[in-house]
Amino acid sequence: MAKILMKGNEAIGEGAVRAGCRYFFGYPITPQSELPHYLAKRLPEVGGLYLQSESETAAINMVYGAAGAGARVMTSSSGPGISLMQEGISYLAGAELPCVIVNMIRGGPGLGNIAPAQSDYFQATRGGGHGDYRVIVLAPASVQEIIDLMQVAFDLADRYRNPVMVAGDGILGQMMEPVELGEEKEIEIPPRPWAATGRMGGDKKLISSLYIVPEELEQHNLKLAQKYTLIIEQEQRWEEYQLAGAKLVLVAFGTAARICKAVVDRCREEGLAVGLIRPITLWPFPQKAFAPVINEAEGFLVVEMSLGQMVEDVRLTVNGRRPVYFYGRCGGMLPVAADVVREVKKLYGGEGQ
Amino acid sequence: MQKVFTRPRSLKDIPTHYCPGCTHGIVHRLVAEVIDELDIFDRTIGVAPVGCSVFAYNYFDCDMFQASHGRAPAVATGIKRVLPDRVVFTYQGDGDLAAIGTGEIVHAAARGEKFTVIFINNAIYAMTGGQMAPTTLLGQKTTTTPYGRDKEVNGYPVKIAEMLSVLDGTAYVARVSVHDPASVVKAKKAIKRAFEVQLAGLGFSLVEVLSACPTNWGLPPVEALKWLAENMIPYYPLGEYKKPAEVG
Repeated sequence: MAKILMKGNEAIGEGAVRAGCRYFFGYPITPQSELPHYLAKRLPEVGGLYLQSESETAAINMVYGAAGAGARVMTSSSGPGISLMQEGISYLAGAELPCVIVNMIRGGPGLGNIAPAQSDYFQATRGGGHGDYRVIVLAPASVQEIIDLMQVAFDLADRYRNPVMVAGDGILGQMMEPVELGEEKEIEIPPRPWAATGRMGGDKKLISSLYIVPEELEQHNLKLAQKYTLIIEQEQRWEEYQLAGAKLVLVAFGTAARICKAVVDRCREEGLAVGLIRPITLWPFPQKAFAPVINEAEGFLVVEMSLGQMVEDVRLTVNGRRPVYFYGRCGGMLPVAADVVREVKKLYGGEGQ
Repeated sequence: MQKVFTRPRSLKDIPTHYCPGCTHGIVHRLVAEVIDELDIFDRTIGVAPVGCSVFAYNYFDCDMFQASHGRAPAVATGIKRVLPDRVVFTYQGDGDLAAIGTGEIVHAAARGEKFTVIFINNAIYAMTGGQMAPTTLLGQKTTTTPYGRDKEVNGYPVKIAEMLSVLDGTAYVARVSVHDPASVVKAKKAIKRAFEVQLAGLGFSLVEVLSACPTNWGLPPVEALKWLAENMIPYYPLGEYKKPAEVG
């Protein structure tokens, strides 16, 4: 099948439709606008519904209602809107409802700006709302990967009855790349015997995150914890790039990882043994990726479009066995490959110097 | 012997957590009777957000959603848009609907969402300990207006039925009371009409029910009903504010 050119934001929409998503609820915000534009056109073509809500708060609660009623459903936003959704995400996690939430991250805090950033990593991976819960977070780095990961996102949401966040940024959303869409498949959505769809002769169903008796809430929390442990065991995803013999391992995700691939190429050309680990799941963080390289690597350099957030997960993973360095740009600015190369050379103690 | 009075099928046979003299029990029963009479129990889905009635899912025997504070109309929108042939209702208090959830209720009404809202106006936040609600009357003493609600400080009570009835998306809006048997009968008629409007696909329907909270008003149950009649009804006039021609 021929490749076609697609924008990242549109690819999220097409990927969702091809993954069987038929309901989208959302509120306008930059830089994800092309996604609602795309779905407002596309969903009615496949018998689905695009509904513009009065706020992000309402959007995430519409998602709660639709998910609880058994639909494959998604919403999307950017930093400030995702902040408004946090209460709803906590309820979705507590009630164990599957859904997909897209965050095309922009510069913050506050209104910040609309330029690409990765500064919502903490919010995404630490459970930005209240209570003990986790959200699975996927971070694509290309338009093709967006298409592939949207199917994964909906499948993971269903498999674990858990919200899944897809975290990108303005560059990924705006960038056009050739993609292979593949054959459009008939998607079978797994049965949802827990959904509250009206009793229709069956048992009563309840969608709720309320456990007023502490003993019961503790049991519920422990049940969620078991699920999270299983996700950590089963669902770590990452890409390895030029890791063989790497003395210095870069760690970066999304757009920053694309820049780092260029850095690795340039360093390798100059004889510097530099490689890259690109986390695809931000939660669960791909700790397994570090085990094979930790002995050979002399250090890790984390590159982010923030003041340094994922670097904390790298430090937790490396656990003091090797030095972990950080280089980042923030406020919507991008790391430039030449600057990262300079940083690498500062740190690199091997044959390159 | 013929049974002349029985529990509606749509209500569970368990004691409620509501205080003595609270009128939630009456309204629950009216809603359940209407669901039974319209024979829609099996395809009805209820949404109960935060407030005293957050445990309504324990009493209504149909499928239920517990929702976050104020967001029931958004949750109900999600449900009804996915399952348009089901009957969906929300059961919300005044703090929930008329303060934190104003955005959601106004826009659900404006969109003409085809579900039914039962709105309990008891002029107070009850579950959290008797604080001033958006519907608290001027001069009314609450735990956060110990000197009485002062318009200079807290402004004026919100009249939801009047407000929502001007929106084109609303098909049926009524305000009723449950302070005496005649009012209870009228209240049931309004609730039934609201569900019928939904079944006919005519648009958004809401019934505001003036309700008593003896515990937080600091009154014995009988006096609380009297207080409701003498103080709330003059400020919140009863009646059908909007009804479609299709409904008699």
